[in-house]
Amino acid sequence: MKKLTLLLLLGAALPAFSESIPLPTNTPKSYQGECASCHMAYPPALLSSGDWKHVIDSLDHHYGTDASLSATNKQEISTFLERNAGNVRRIGVSAQPTRITQTPYFIKKHREVPAKFWQDPRIKSAANCEACHRGASKGVFSERDIAIPELRED
Amino acid sequence: MKTTVALSLILVSLVSYAETPQQIQKSYTPTANAAKGGLLFHQKNTVNEKMAACSSCHTENPMNPGQHAITGKAIKPMAVAANPERFTDPAKVEKWFGRNCKEVIGRACTANEKADFIAYLTEGR
Repeated sequence: MKKLTLLLLLGAALPAFSESIPLPTNTPKSYQGECASCHMAYPPALLSSGDWKHVIDSLDHHYGTDASLSATNKQEISTFLERNAGNVRRIGVSAQPTRITQTPYFIKKHREVPAKFWQDPRIKSAANCEACHRGASKGVFSERDIAIPELRED
Repeated sequence: MKTTVALSLILVSLVSYAETPQQIQKSYTPTANAAKGGLLFHQKNTVNEKMAACSSCHTENPMNPGQHAITGKAIKPMAVAANPERFTDPAKVEKWFGRNCKEVIGRACTANEKADFIAYLTEGR
């Protein structure tokens, strides 16, 4: 019985430690084609549904770019994002303008990363998850899997 | 036998979807000037500081992989000789001319410019 309790506890704890945030298996092709040409296909769970709505509603001025979509793609992508959005109690609400990197969740997770790391030319932008998290496109954001060795902290 | 026929038909229909860069270039204008396309590719514009030229993201040598000037996302080479997938899907080609001409040059590209651009990136094939 004790063993079982331990196993159950481990099972509950693992998702928090492994930081696996994969793309849902039903991710539409349009999400890859339209969004992931310019940046990584961010897992929808990294923003709350309210924040995704802000992003979709302001695509004509998307961080300095006009990323407007056709009506069909917009419908498909917004439905997908809002359906698979993260829990607002876990992620929090982003500061304005809406950014994954401005959510309380992201900030908390990266609070130990010194400012000079963000300035590293190999990183370029906090939006470039894969610069550090080499498994990011597969949803792996583990602290043990940081791609740039000298940016790893002991 | 029926299956073979069906499979062949499917194959034929799949193949007819993809086009060659030459076909796409000709759909813009029948003749194109690769040298002019090269000038367009390297030309520095003034509307977008971070993306002044095509080469801001695609590098000065289109045989090389590029990197998005803002997000840092890796971009496959533009030159057909290095990346045979380029200029094989007319809708994709038109979409990116639409977005990038506006964003980098500040206006839509003309049919001549598009044809020249494709001719430049198809050189060496």
